[in-house]
Amino acid sequence: MAAGLAAAASLPRPPPVLARRRFGFAAGLFDTWPNALVTLLLVWLLIRIGIAMWDWAIVRGVWEAETAEQCARTGGMCWAFLADRWRLILFGPYPYAQQWRPALAMVLFALLLGASLAPALWAERRSRLALGIAWPVTIAAIAALLWGGVLGLPAVPSRLWGGLPLTMILASVGVSGAFVLAILLALGRRSDMPVIRAICTGFIEFFRGVPLVALLFLASVLFPYFVPPDWTMDVLLRAQIAFALFFAAYMAEAIRGGLQAIPRGQYAACESLGLTYWQAQRRIILPQALRTVIPSLVNIFIAAFKDTSLVVIISMIDLLGAANASTAEAKWWGLYIEPYLFVALIYLAICAVMSAYSRGLERRLGLGER
Amino acid sequence: MSGLATLWLRPGVRAAVWQALAAAAVLAALLWVAGNIAGNVARRGLDIDFGFLAGRASFEFGENLIGYRPGDTFLTAFLAGLANTVLVAVLGIVLTTMVATLLALARLSRNRLLSRLAWIWIEAVRNTPLLLQLLFWHQLTIRTLPAPRQAWELLPGTFLSNRGLVFPALYWQPAMGLALAALAVAILAAVMLRRLALARGDGPALRTGAPLLLALGAPAVLFAAAAEPLHGSVPALRGFNFQGSIAVSPEFVALLLALVVYQAGFMAETIRSGILGVPKGQVEAAASLGLSRLQQLRRVVFPQALWIIVPPVTSQYLSLTKNSSLAVAIGYPDLVRVSQVTIADTGRAIECITILLLVYLSLSLFTAFLMNLYNRYLMRRRG
Repeated sequence: MAAGLAAAASLPRPPPVLARRRFGFAAGLFDTWPNALVTLLLVWLLIRIGIAMWDWAIVRGVWEAETAEQCARTGGMCWAFLADRWRLILFGPYPYAQQWRPALAMVLFALLLGASLAPALWAERRSRLALGIAWPVTIAAIAALLWGGVLGLPAVPSRLWGGLPLTMILASVGVSGAFVLAILLALGRRSDMPVIRAICTGFIEFFRGVPLVALLFLASVLFPYFVPPDWTMDVLLRAQIAFALFFAAYMAEAIRGGLQAIPRGQYAACESLGLTYWQAQRRIILPQALRTVIPSLVNIFIAAFKDTSLVVIISMIDLLGAANASTAEAKWWGLYIEPYLFVALIYLAICAVMSAYSRGLERRLGLGER
Repeated sequence: MSGLATLWLRPGVRAAVWQALAAAAVLAALLWVAGNIAGNVARRGLDIDFGFLAGRASFEFGENLIGYRPGDTFLTAFLAGLANTVLVAVLGIVLTTMVATLLALARLSRNRLLSRLAWIWIEAVRNTPLLLQLLFWHQLTIRTLPAPRQAWELLPGTFLSNRGLVFPALYWQPAMGLALAALAVAILAAVMLRRLALARGDGPALRTGAPLLLALGAPAVLFAAAAEPLHGSVPALRGFNFQGSIAVSPEFVALLLALVVYQAGFMAETIRSGILGVPKGQVEAAASLGLSRLQQLRRVVFPQALWIIVPPVTSQYLSLTKNSSLAVAIGYPDLVRVSQVTIADTGRAIECITILLLVYLSLSLFTAFLMNLYNRYLMRRRG
């Protein structure tokens, strides 16, 4: 009994709590004069903005109009434009009657991605196997849907692809290609062999040192010079390669960070077990390193998703390009807030979901505490 | 076992073979591409020649720092484009740092409303593409601002319209050179005065007031004594636009705004995590010494946070510089835009894109070099 008390007394006590949260959310809003002033100012500002938005979008919003001019009369939001043009913005120049195909493809892809991102499914061998089968099957289905030419679907050439599906293709294919390359680059940059190290470092620093715009120009303007004259490649594929190389350089640096965090003992243990270099990387080092860098890889994916909008500069019609195209017709010419706001909300929703996922994963893996 | 097989078992030999193979593969790929380029260029009856840079460029762009005009050489045009890139990058870096610091502090504020709003703002700007924001700001500036005839006169002689911001240009006068020289001397003297006051432990009047008065007052008095009136040219409306003045185009304003808004969101999070990275005990120790909240930040938290913040912020400065190349989408005459127009004019695509890549690469490598120097300096100071 006495020994127990002595042990309890010697336990480190938590520091005394000086200020207790008494009002929940309201704590810290009015505790000092300057703070109260800031709070009041912000509340006033919020109310003003809220009223202005309500007035613009609802009170003065125009639901029935044929042209931008009719919409401009009230100076409010032109809902009629969105009602008329939302399918063009979402799917770009894809044939109107066939637009259910990219829509279905996107849903399939979202389901596949959503399932693959659930950490609960990584643990079990059976669910991993199921995912391993689901991926190629779904990708084949998506390709069949988009290209057509099979099962009675009319063929749609890739130059007619556009809108959100194109953005998703550019980002996901680019990032998947980049991932494989990035692992090799990261390993190469940490290799003991100076020539390999120099090649990988040079590659990474080159692609990190130039702007994506310049690379896209390179891909769209100069690529025909780089290959024999009888090789032709459509612009989509060329842009895709440029994206993959660009993202690979950034991903390689993230993965290198993960590799550097692996304790030396792990390498020594691999050697003492007699594993070859590739066995050690595949079974011991990479699984641990990649696990720690998943959040930063998701962040690179978000950046890639946004960066694909740069294809507008080489005249491809992705989501942002379709927003530009939606006002090209004379009757809607001059509108810009509605289309940009619409696609901004789409980008925002997708990126916010991904970044919330990345934060959740970080918390789950306890990476912050390491 | 044969001799060759035992040789293969030696790690050194294996490494040498692999490296030789890798080097050969890379070399072969490069040679293949070079051969293709040479073949394609010859087949189209072209050549690769940077001599075109000495030719006359006919395109014009409104704003540049080095006074390029149509009829100057392409080299001058490229330099003007580079100067525009540097201008937007430098201004962008300064403004972004200030905005990001304020955002980070707002995010760390005890006022939950303020920190929550800052969070929403940061998430919104970080999760939409920069190009989208840029196009939006550009449309906003050219569509909502009035035409030059109805320009808003912000200050006497300063007009804001959809052609940009124009303000009076000052002509160079001898008295201004004198005042600038005086300013340099006065700042030097003020710094020394402050050192002296700090060493003697003087009050704030002598410590801060006197040096400030000296630094700003002396040049002003000198300039007034020179009694030369300011000669400037006031913008005048000619035809559809203003002339005879310095102008800032709506493209420049939109580009700067978009870069600062977008990049500040990212930088704010970096600064915030740097501030949070300072051990809590440091803040508690500072508080227990009786330092005020501002003093804690300035004397204890910021100096240590800087150590964490500088490397990631440098790469964000670099990415801001590279992102300024999106200017091409709205027609601001930066380096990329000049190359694009030059390609259209001369068909020298290979040369122009090579210049573009080399310039950006050297900017990046130069910054990385400065960064390493700074890191080494910090490392040494830290011991």
